[in-house]
Amino acid sequence: MKALRNFLDKVKPNFEEGGKLSAFRSVFDGFETFLFVPNTVSKSGTHIHDTIDSKRVMSFVVIALIPALLFGMYNVGYQNYLVAGTLDQASFMEVFCYGFLAVLPKIIVSYLVGLGIEFTVAQWKHEEIQEGFLVSGMLIPLIVPIECPLWIIAVATAFAVIFAKEIFGGTGYNIFNVALITRAFLFFAYPTKMSGDSVWIAKESIFGLGNDLANGTVDGFTGATALGQVATGSTTTVTDALGNPVGLNDMIVGLMPGSIGETSVIAIMIGAVILLVSGVANWRTMISVFVGGALTAFLFNAIGSETNQVWNLDWMEHLCVGGFCFGAVFMATDPVTSPRTNCGKYIFGFLIGVVAIIIRCMNPGYPEGMMLAILLMNLFAALIDHCFVQRNINKRLNRLNNK
Amino acid sequence: MEHFISLFVRSIFVDNMIFAFFLGMCSYLAVSKNVKTALGLGLAVIFVLCVTLPVNYLLYTKVLGPNCLVEGVDLSFLSFILFIAVIAGIVQLVEMVVEKFSPSLYASLGIFLPLIAVNCAIMGASLFMQQRITMSPDSTQYIGGVSDCLAYALGSGLGWLLAIVGLAAIREKLSYNAAPAALKGLGLTFITVGLMAMAFMCFSGLKI
Repeated sequence: MKALRNFLDKVKPNFEEGGKLSAFRSVFDGFETFLFVPNTVSKSGTHIHDTIDSKRVMSFVVIALIPALLFGMYNVGYQNYLVAGTLDQASFMEVFCYGFLAVLPKIIVSYLVGLGIEFTVAQWKHEEIQEGFLVSGMLIPLIVPIECPLWIIAVATAFAVIFAKEIFGGTGYNIFNVALITRAFLFFAYPTKMSGDSVWIAKESIFGLGNDLANGTVDGFTGATALGQVATGSTTTVTDALGNPVGLNDMIVGLMPGSIGETSVIAIMIGAVILLVSGVANWRTMISVFVGGALTAFLFNAIGSETNQVWNLDWMEHLCVGGFCFGAVFMATDPVTSPRTNCGKYIFGFLIGVVAIIIRCMNPGYPEGMMLAILLMNLFAALIDHCFVQRNINKRLNRLNNK
Repeated sequence: MEHFISLFVRSIFVDNMIFAFFLGMCSYLAVSKNVKTALGLGLAVIFVLCVTLPVNYLLYTKVLGPNCLVEGVDLSFLSFILFIAVIAGIVQLVEMVVEKFSPSLYASLGIFLPLIAVNCAIMGASLFMQQRITMSPDSTQYIGGVSDCLAYALGSGLGWLLAIVGLAAIREKLSYNAAPAALKGLGLTFITVGLMAMAFMCFSGLKI
């Protein structure tokens, strides 16, 4: 630690105004404040003395995402070996390493593109590097299918960072969740790469690990997600890639096809606990998303439908499959794009749950409703806030007038 | 009754005037600077829609349509000009009412109240209505009576209101941000509306 500090102090003058490398001042600054808590003191205005800053907050979210990420990596390997039928011969490490190698390029591409844009913009605006992308860059690989090509992740990340964030003034000013805009962009621009049966299972062997499934050596497997199967099928029974039925327990464990990070409820709940204990995410939003979703799904269960099996999918399963948990824990609780008022958070979360299940049940085009539901409520977050703030103002005015 | 509700809900979310058809953009962008004015304009649009659409419906089915006045004569080529005349007349009426009862709203709406007369959303709704009359009665979009007309008008108006109030709240928030100077104001609003339309795409294809 000491050596690192000394090294930073030694090279620092090069990056100051007039130094040799002053063009990269913001990059240096970003790394320095990432490694050490900055010791600069604000000279004017009111401020609160606290060791927590947005970099620490972001770090907590990244830590909370790690269980889902690790499980996602294992699941990628698991699905590949399962379909090839070689799961018995493969060791745990082989399966995990394959998944690791399959997911790693996506993380690298997402960070490289996103942070590249952030660094450039910071340098150009002569500001410090904003740290919001630390989280978005981790979320983006977790919400895409494993077979999503790297170049479209790069394009979508660039689009989202520029048009959903930098244009609005950077971290803290965006209206829509950046990771969700990335996914929505991918979903509408490259639908074949983002949905269907063939994108959810890794098909190529990497460095001798894994199995090559692409050229028809293995057949007789379906790679559809649980929701995809129910939406197109005639029963609510969900099967794994080989056609064996899976129950609620398997959905909670999460060894089934889906976006990389979204399948395991357990891993996501570990993340949720970390977020709630550290106080980074708000429990009000999180709980009300689940309440809204459960109530709506229960309602659809009660009505039932003969033609559309999504209506009949049990409400517990509705909450466990697809991106519902992931969205509720990591996306809906985004402090920037959700309402600021506490009452607003309840309504915001509740409506996300309701809209997500409505889209799943009533919109055959989108078997997965979570992403669009959160985006839609991001749109109305400002309005919800406005209503509650206005209500409070009126209440206090009344109190004042009645005195 | 089912058709009535379906028509109403669809016109709010699925066939939203702003996000699905991008109609009425001029006043949408110009009057969305704060929520209060936006709400006023939205209500005015709902009112005008609810009055003009049934009137235009009756005008079309009783006077202009094929074989209405005289057997073998189809006056529907006059629908454009007559729809506009009806809308302009009713907007004048609304303007007088608003000026009398809410001068502050009248002042804050300014030029945009008369401009409702040429708001594409109002004219668009009348023209969609004309198109929907000829659809088959099984279609979810079919309009077959004054009550259907009212449902469609109320729904379209509410959808427009929701869109403009939502944007106004966002713009109030945006006024505090650190956007690049060149984009501040209308440029940023355009991009926001684009992203909002993307979020609203969750309703396209909804089956009600």
